Amino acid sequence: MEQFLTSLIGEPLLVHVIMAAIPLLFILPYALVVIYLEMKIAAHMQDRVAYMRTGWHGTLQPIADMLKLLQKEDTVPAAADKFLFILAPYIVFIGTYAAFAALPFSPAFIGSNINIGIFYIVAISSLVVVGLLMAGWASNNKWSLFGALRSAAQIVSYEIPSAFAILGVVMLAGTMSLQELSSLQTGGITHWMILGGTLPLMKKLIVVPLMLILFLVYYISSMAEVNRTPFDIPEAESELVQGYNTEYSGMKFAIFYLAEYANLFAVSAVATVLFFGGWASPFASVMTGPFWSAFWFITKGMLFVCLNIWLRWTLPRLRVDQLMYMSWKVLTPFAFVCVLALGLVLVW
Amino acid sequence: MAEIITASPRTSSGKPLRTEEMIINMGPQHPSTHGVLRLELVVDGEIVVDVIPHIGYLHRCFEKHCEHMTNYQQVIPYVDRMDYVCSMNNEFAFVVAAERLLKIQVPERVEYIRVIMAELQRIASHLIAVGTYGIDIGAFTPFLYCFRDREKILDLFEMTCGARLLYNYMWIGGLSHDIPADFVAKAKEFCEYFKPQIRDFNNLLTYNEIFVKRTANTGVLPADVAINYACSGPMLRGSGVEWDLRRDDPYSIYHKFEWDVAVGKGEMGPVGSCWDRHIVRMKEMEQSVRIIEQALAQIPDGDVQSAIPKRIRPNPGEVYARTESPRGELGFYIVSDGSGTPYRIKARSPGFVNLSVINEIARGGMIADLVAIIGSIDIVLGEVDR
Amino acid sequence: MNPVVEYFDDIYRGLKTATVGMRITFKHLFTKAVTIQYPTVKMKLPERARNRLYVNMDDCIGCDQCSMACPVDCISIETIKSTPEDNLGTTSTGQKKRLHVPVFDIDIAKCCYCGLCVYPCPTECIKMTDVYEFSEFDRHNLIYSFSTMTPAEVETARAKAKKMEEEAAAKKAAAAAAAKAAADAKAAAQTSAPAPQPEGSQPKPE
Repeated sequence: MEQFLTSLIGEPLLVHVIMAAIPLLFILPYALVVIYLEMKIAAHMQDRVAYMRTGWHGTLQPIADMLKLLQKEDTVPAAADKFLFILAPYIVFIGTYAAFAALPFSPAFIGSNINIGIFYIVAISSLVVVGLLMAGWASNNKWSLFGALRSAAQIVSYEIPSAFAILGVVMLAGTMSLQELSSLQTGGITHWMILGGTLPLMKKLIVVPLMLILFLVYYISSMAEVNRTPFDIPEAESELVQGYNTEYSGMKFAIFYLAEYANLFAVSAVATVLFFGGWASPFASVMTGPFWSAFWFITKGMLFVCLNIWLRWTLPRLRVDQLMYMSWKVLTPFAFVCVLALGLVLVW
Repeated sequence: MAEIITASPRTSSGKPLRTEEMIINMGPQHPSTHGVLRLELVVDGEIVVDVIPHIGYLHRCFEKHCEHMTNYQQVIPYVDRMDYVCSMNNEFAFVVAAERLLKIQVPERVEYIRVIMAELQRIASHLIAVGTYGIDIGAFTPFLYCFRDREKILDLFEMTCGARLLYNYMWIGGLSHDIPADFVAKAKEFCEYFKPQIRDFNNLLTYNEIFVKRTANTGVLPADVAINYACSGPMLRGSGVEWDLRRDDPYSIYHKFEWDVAVGKGEMGPVGSCWDRHIVRMKEMEQSVRIIEQALAQIPDGDVQSAIPKRIRPNPGEVYARTESPRGELGFYIVSDGSGTPYRIKARSPGFVNLSVINEIARGGMIADLVAIIGSIDIVLGEVDR
Repeated sequence: MNPVVEYFDDIYRGLKTATVGMRITFKHLFTKAVTIQYPTVKMKLPERARNRLYVNMDDCIGCDQCSMACPVDCISIETIKSTPEDNLGTTSTGQKKRLHVPVFDIDIAKCCYCGLCVYPCPTECIKMTDVYEFSEFDRHNLIYSFSTMTPAEVETARAKAKKMEEEAAAKKAAAAAAAKAAADAKAAAQTSAPAPQPEGSQPKPE
């Protein structure tokens, strides 16, 4: 993609700006689709139909929602810390959007082909915590403060099991670059990391259960990273009104909303790249190629997003200390033991 | 040097770190206080140190209004609106009290229909209780399943008396309408439909590990504390005390049916936890279905309006009668001075008394636990404030 | 239970109950929705539905029973007596109407839809219909006036009633005066004639 654009335009700075903006072209329509999907899936699970009036079966509703949010009065509480209050949603969005730079949408397109891709993603998505804390503190509202503090504790704690799970995959693949990880998984479904990658069959039998556990650990931690039920204690609607979001309205709230869904896709995409092949087609040589790969990547990402939505509307929410218990006493030990076992198997 | 050992950590200079307690208002407008209830919380971080409930935001001077009614039958619409979620049970309590005062004996058919309506209303009320409890804990889906089932019950009520929420159905001495011809068949259909729904609901919410972990160790109400605070209903039975007014202080014809009193046994944690109260409500729904099926099978013929007095003029005197509403012991104390207007009607509402125990059981837990505890007390502010 | 066993048991139970719950919600994805698309589709109400009140003024005899039965005092009725030569007609139940009803207001915003006004009506002219969509922008539009008398008719009826009252009052005064005069005459006649000695026989009243 980069060569194509350079040959077209020539000016390297402009080329890089366009490359940076292309994931945005993906995020905006994706946000509309995922908002619609969430509402419809939730509704059908609850024996009702949502949205039937705007467009056919409500397909234009997300656009209406966005327009509504944009035209709302943008209030800033009088006693709020104005600078931090206005800056917070943008920091959160930057943290999630920066992760898109290292996601390989297809062999021909990746925002930035760095060889420490996954490490960079883990690091930069921690910026979200800073944004949330800013939002909670600057709102000058005790309930928002509660939400922000809980959120900070949660996100920081769940980085650890998620990092262990990623470590396991990196050990198996031998590379941190996401583009290379995806290309290692080409050649059919048996080459996917969840099924042991390119190891011989004997080793695969031991590695596959370990990879399954690591995937489960990673997926649960990622749900906690994006503050989705059952880990949505920071924005627990029935307790804290809206948590750190309480005082936000209008455009700023729209940015928070967008950032949450973008983050959801980012972690689902990372899960697919790490465990389920990224842009590699499940069939050995059918449906490969730059555009088909983009299709596979997006489809797999959306499948995990839908799984996330399914879990959100099924499970109740964990309390803060149970959340911490789960991270430190359940996920981390399991991930640690699996990584040790994986290391032993690989070294053997 | 004698040092006071405190729990606070020490700073580098050796002095204890000053941590302050925050006073938070869980205000009248809050998604999870089940109405307009104001809770003043004193919290130390996440731990609740003190809970002070402030009520009165829904006070509608019901008892004073009753003193100006020209007729005892006019009090029934007011009594409906006290606990708007279980109107039939409110009416039941009031007519039992008034009929005791007037020494009226109602026909058998009236008693059967009243029991059926009261038990259907008990199911409807418990559906709201468990549905909103699910929302408080974070599970949004069971709430809609509960409301779907409640709609069927409200359809039955609408078929009988024309209203879906506030019925004015049980009158002193009888009922306002007789049940329509297809009521028995439809009610039987509902009972058959509802039994698997309870099973589904239990699988989805009650035995879900996250729900159990959230509720099974919080809000433990020991039996002696419950009795001392005059708790009643599922709060009392959840603590292991087997006391149900339908069996222990019988009124109407409950002694004719075979049913069990649901009691919390501490299956998932200490006895008297929020989970126990929840499972008591689920079991009570099953028992109500049992009672309804038996009543539908035995309902006799008769005229439901034959005993309604033309003019209600009780002798001077007073009566206190109590019944088992879905929330606990609902009692009416009626004082009559011999005229057609009541001199004083006092409602002993279970929500008001049950709410008083919140300080005892919420202290020491977290804010998230407080939400779970209030949900398990199942208050309706309409009857707390009257 | 052994803490180690409990630890693993917790994890196992967590996963198991989560999958059970997920299966239930997945099943519900394919069940039919229980909602209807109001207002394009409306539910049919049962025949006993209690919604907005309606009064058939042709049958109203102005007895005030509904107003007295209402627990929230939302019905206000004023009546004017009719003269004997007025023919207000009969109700559909066969009663002869004797009162004009110039004011029959129901404040439907105050009404609590209890239906207590329907039962005492002797002609069954006040009914609860199945209309439930009657919101208004202005609260005063919710005071329904059911009376069918025009202001001119009300004036005439009031004038006639007043006249009849005055005539009746005059007649009564005249009758009272006549009675008084007769009593005075009788008393005068009695004082002029000597009082009869009571001999054991009672004087007959005149």
